[in-house]
Amino acid sequence: MHVGMVFEMAADGLADRVGLGPADGGVTFGELGHRARRAATFLTERSGEHVVLVDENSPAVSLAFFGAAAAGKPFVPLNYRLADDRLRAIVTQVAPAVVIVGRGVGARLAGVKGLDLVERGEFLAATEDESVEERDGWGCDPEDVAVLLFTSGTTGDPKAAVLRHRNLASYLVSSLEFGGAGEDEAAIVSVPPYHIAAIASVLSTTYTGRRVVLLESFDPERWVRTVQEQAVTHAMVVPTMLGRILDVVEADGRGLGSLRAVSYGGGPMPQPTVERALRVLPGIDLVNAYGLTETSSTISLLGPEDHRGAFASDDPAVRARLGSVGRPLPGIELTIRDPEGRPLGAGQRGEIWVRGEQVSGEYSGRSMLDAEGWFATRDAGHLDAEGYLFVHGRLDDVIVRGGENLSPGEIESVLVEHPAVEVAAVVGIPDEAWGERVVASVVLSPGARVEEDELRAHVRDRLRSARTPERIKFADELPFNEAGKLLRRVLRDELAAEFATEGSTRG
Amino acid sequence: MPALKPGARLRSVTCTTEVVVVRVGGEDLRCGGQPMAEAGSPGSPGADPAAGFDSGTELGKRYTDEESGLEVLCTKAGAGSLSLGDTLLVIKGAKPLPSSD
Repeated sequence: MHVGMVFEMAADGLADRVGLGPADGGVTFGELGHRARRAATFLTERSGEHVVLVDENSPAVSLAFFGAAAAGKPFVPLNYRLADDRLRAIVTQVAPAVVIVGRGVGARLAGVKGLDLVERGEFLAATEDESVEERDGWGCDPEDVAVLLFTSGTTGDPKAAVLRHRNLASYLVSSLEFGGAGEDEAAIVSVPPYHIAAIASVLSTTYTGRRVVLLESFDPERWVRTVQEQAVTHAMVVPTMLGRILDVVEADGRGLGSLRAVSYGGGPMPQPTVERALRVLPGIDLVNAYGLTETSSTISLLGPEDHRGAFASDDPAVRARLGSVGRPLPGIELTIRDPEGRPLGAGQRGEIWVRGEQVSGEYSGRSMLDAEGWFATRDAGHLDAEGYLFVHGRLDDVIVRGGENLSPGEIESVLVEHPAVEVAAVVGIPDEAWGERVVASVVLSPGARVEEDELRAHVRDRLRSARTPERIKFADELPFNEAGKLLRRVLRDELAAEFATEGSTRG
Repeated sequence: MPALKPGARLRSVTCTTEVVVVRVGGEDLRCGGQPMAEAGSPGSPGADPAAGFDSGTELGKRYTDEESGLEVLCTKAGAGSLSLGDTLLVIKGAKPLPSSD
């Protein structure tokens, strides 16, 4: 099974369905198949062993991805917002390569050896040129590398997660139904192309036959307008997007009548935002998806029924599931283990380990799977008695205060329950007496006011005092990257500098 | 008969059916009553599917033999039926998950 199979099946079995653009006048899956096969010929003939894309969303993304698959070359979408030196360093690593570039990107790569630069427009024109030969999508081996995704870490050498064709294809085949989308369904895609969610979205919309409406990049007003104008039924958002979308929907007052389902993932979603979505978009199906780049996207999800059940329940354990990521997918085995690798029981916190065909756990030629095929995610979590998974953030982000492990995620979810708080982030900064101490940065809701001591009391009443932030900074915004991931290292440095002169006083 | 390893592609010799192996199980995979050939190998469908093995395959459906665990994905539809030896494979009826991407 490989990625080429996916577009060939859609081109064959869903040929007359519109796959991209407006329902009336968009491009069919049959035509997308022709274009992907021409893209394959184009990319085969260009020099380079990788197909790199440095651009915003456009039809070139899925065509370059499928074309690269049929050409037998790994697809490497890169973040066009990277600083020039980092972008050039990564491109140098994957050279020789053909690089599809958006406006203004070519000049930033000038002088890097081994690059064959192609403007997006030239690439798209070749895919529409009927004189270009069509190369069969079934060309490559399931073991071949389909995608390299460079991690968003802010320090050290850039590191690429390796996803092979069999990883991505087994995610699709084991969790989705070919052609399973209704003919009237349409998904809005606004995540950037270098994010695993974008890769998963290209694959799953093609495999299920769901029409895609693209936004070049995320903007809440344009997102809402596009959903209204294009009769969009499905959407995937990262945490930073949903609150901004709900703001626009409330101000606009016209609602999102066509929208049936919103899935969210890519980071912890504040529970108050989830509850607000259920109020502002009544009847909406919410899906919380948890996954990592190294696991070919989603490995666990909380479905619409679970959301409604939890929202309506008076049982605190059931209600708490609004903050869980649901249960593992059918093709995934999942356990929680202690630091020595021993399995833990329900309710016990540890590291999340996963195993399954879609789990690659591989970085630039180095497999991180153990002898039995298990991958340690470096995420902290626990399972409840019914098998619902709760994620507590990265193990590396755990705050160690006086020998006690504290989860920033737990403290953050309590902070955002306060009505005045819009977003909160908690980090540990160096402390002579305690090793680390807990500090927070919060952004208040528009017009809201609250004293630092009141927020601290709010946390102390719900958690123990060790988990109460010693200092809370009120900020205009938090350092998120454009994929909605909080840059904790940046925040930690910022707060360490801000509170450096104060010693720890509270026990 | 080519080896049935995961990802192996096979074509029917009695109809247009093609499959890819999702999960290994038994070895004697047939379509239309005849052993399947490697996809892309020369030759076109010869004899029609045999009686009892002619109810057809559906594109995109997963077919499985519960006893051996063999599972294949139909990547091209045809007139023959898939079987392991003489035992017909059945469509795997998994409840589809809500879309997460």
